[in-house]
Amino acid sequence: MNIKARIEQMKNDPTIASKRGQAERKLRAVVFALFRTALVLGISYVILSPLIGILASSFFSTEDSYNPVVYLIPQNPTLERYELTILRMDYWNVLGNMMIYVLGLTVIQLLICSMAGYGFARFNFPLKKLLFGCVIITIVLPSHTIMFPLYTTFQTFNPFGIFGLFNDGNSVNLLGSPWPVVIMTIFGVGLRSGLYIFIFNQFFRGLPREIEEAAFIDGAGSVRTYLQVMLPNATPAVVTVTIFSVVWQYNDNFLGRLFNVSDSILLSRRIGSLQATISNIDQIRDPSITTLYVYAGVVLMILPLLLIYVFMQKHLIEGIERSGIVG
Amino acid sequence: MKLSLSGKKAVVGMIFIAPFVIGFVVFIAYGIFTTIRMSFSDVILAGATSGVELVWNNFDNYIQAFTVHPTFPEVFGTSILNMVIDVPLIIFFSLFMALLINQKFRGRTIVRAIFFLPVILGAPAISNALLSARAMMVGGVSPASAEVMASLGSNLNVDVNYYLAMLGDLAIPPTLIGYIVDAVHRINNIIIASGVQIVIFLAALQSIPPSVYEAAKIEGATPYETFWLITFPMVSPLILTNVVYTIIDSFAVSPVVTLSYSTIFSDYNYGLGSVFSLVSSLAVCLILVVVGLVLGKRSFYYT
Repeated sequence: MNIKARIEQMKNDPTIASKRGQAERKLRAVVFALFRTALVLGISYVILSPLIGILASSFFSTEDSYNPVVYLIPQNPTLERYELTILRMDYWNVLGNMMIYVLGLTVIQLLICSMAGYGFARFNFPLKKLLFGCVIITIVLPSHTIMFPLYTTFQTFNPFGIFGLFNDGNSVNLLGSPWPVVIMTIFGVGLRSGLYIFIFNQFFRGLPREIEEAAFIDGAGSVRTYLQVMLPNATPAVVTVTIFSVVWQYNDNFLGRLFNVSDSILLSRRIGSLQATISNIDQIRDPSITTLYVYAGVVLMILPLLLIYVFMQKHLIEGIERSGIVG
Repeated sequence: MKLSLSGKKAVVGMIFIAPFVIGFVVFIAYGIFTTIRMSFSDVILAGATSGVELVWNNFDNYIQAFTVHPTFPEVFGTSILNMVIDVPLIIFFSLFMALLINQKFRGRTIVRAIFFLPVILGAPAISNALLSARAMMVGGVSPASAEVMASLGSNLNVDVNYYLAMLGDLAIPPTLIGYIVDAVHRINNIIIASGVQIVIFLAALQSIPPSVYEAAKIEGATPYETFWLITFPMVSPLILTNVVYTIIDSFAVSPVVTLSYSTIFSDYNYGLGSVFSLVSSLAVCLILVVVGLVLGKRSFYYT
C-alpha cells in the first residue's frame, strides 16, 4: 500500500477537511471559553474577597480572632458583634431616618430633574443653549471648588432677607441639619443633579412628539401632559435615575461632611466614629477586636443597599440601555 | 397681555427649568464668583454668625501657594499625574470587561451583578472605615481577615523582576513594562474605579443592532475586522463620556482635594484653600477641554 498516495488522498478529501475545520473551531471556542472563565472568576474574586473577609470576620468571637489557625470560618461564631454594633450605632432608628432622608431627596431630585430635562428637551425659550451649558458646568465642575462659599451661605442663611423678618434681622444657621442638602436638591443643584437633568433631557428628546400632540388636542395642559403622559413614558430613565440617586445619596460623604449633617441621620458618619465609641464606652481597647465591630457595621450599612440592588438589578441594566445615556 | 402659542410655550418651558436656573445662580455661579474673589483676598472671620470679610491682596495667595507652601506644588503635580496614569487604564479595562461579559455564557446575570457591586460599595465611609481599621492593626494581633485583605497586595514568592528583566531583553521599553506592572499591582483599585464605566460600555454594546453584525458576517468579515470596523466605532462616543466621567470621579478623591479641604476646614486659611481648589479645578477643566476636542473629533456619531 502506498502510504504517500493515501495521505495525499486524505488531504484532498473534502469531508475530512471540513471535519478538521470543525474540530479546529471547536478547540478555539473551548480555549477562549476557558480563558474567559478564568478571567471572570479572577476578577469576581478580587471584587468579592474583601466582602467575604468582612462578612466572615464579623462573626468571629474573641478567641477566634486571637487564634492564628482560624481562617474565614469561625470556630465559635457569635452574633455579639452585631448586637453591640446595632446598639451603639442606634442602627434601626438611624436607618429609618436615613431611608426617609434618602428616599425624600430621591423623589425631589426625580421631580426637579425630570422637569428641567423636559423643559430643555421640548420647549424653546431665549438663552436655552447658554442655560444648558450651565447644566454641563454643574456636571463637570469639581464640587470642592465651591464648598466654602456653600458652607458660609448656609451658615448665615438669609436669602433676600426673608429669614430676617422672623428672626430680628438675623440670619439662620442651617449647618448640622439636613436642610442645606434638601434646599440644594429642590433647586436642582443637589448631588449629581446635573447628570440626571442630562439623562432626562436625552430621553425626552428621543420620545415621539405625537404623544404630546395627542394630549394637547385632548385638552391637557402642559403640566398635566408632563405628569400624566410624559413621565409614565419615561419609566426607563426614571428607574435609572432612581437607582443612581438612591445609591449615591446613601453613600455620599462629601455633602454630609461639609454641612455637618447630624449623625442621627447618616449611617456613614456613625460608622466613622464607631471604633472610637466602642473603645470608649465599652472599654474594648484592642484594635483587632474593635475592627470586628466596624466590619459588622459595614455589613449592616451595605445590606439595605444590596437588597434594593438585588430587586432592581434587572431593571437597571435594561433602563440604562433605553434611557439614552448611550448617545 | 396676550401671548402667541410659541410665546406661551416659552413661558411654560421657563417655568419647568426655573428651579434649576435659580439654584444655579444662587449656589453655583455665586459659589464660583466667591471662590475667585477669596483667592485674591485675605479672608477674615467676622464672627460665628455674620460671615466673612474679604480684604483684597492681589496675587499674594497665588504666590504663596506656588513658592512658599511646602507641599502644594508637589501634591498638585502628583494628583494630575496619577489621573493621567489611571484614566487610560480604567478605560481600557472597562471596555475589555464589557466586551467580555457582553458575550453569551452561563451565569452571565450573576457576573454582571458582581461587576456592578463596586458602584454600591464605593462609599467613602465604608472604605475609610476599612482603611482606619487596617491602619490600626499594624503591629497588633492580625486576624485572618487582615490576611485576606493583604493577599490582595503582592506577596508573591516568585522573583517577578527576573522575568520582567527578560522582557526588557526583548527591547520592550522599561517604562512601558513598569506601567503595566504597576497597573497589575493596583488591579484592585482599577476594578473598583471602573464599575460605572463597565455598565455604560455594556449598555452601548447592547444598543448596537444585531443586523449590522449579521451583514458583516455574510460579507465574510473576520472577528478582528468586525471589532475595529463595527464595535469600536459604535462605542466610541461612549469612550468620551467615560473618559470625562473617569477624570471627574478620580479627581474627586485626589490628594489635592484633600489638601484644599484641610487647608480650609482645619487650618482656617480660606484664601489659600480657595487658590488650591481653583487652580486644581482649572487644570481639570483644561484637561477636559483638551480631551473633549481630541476625542470628540474622532468619535463616530450614528445618525
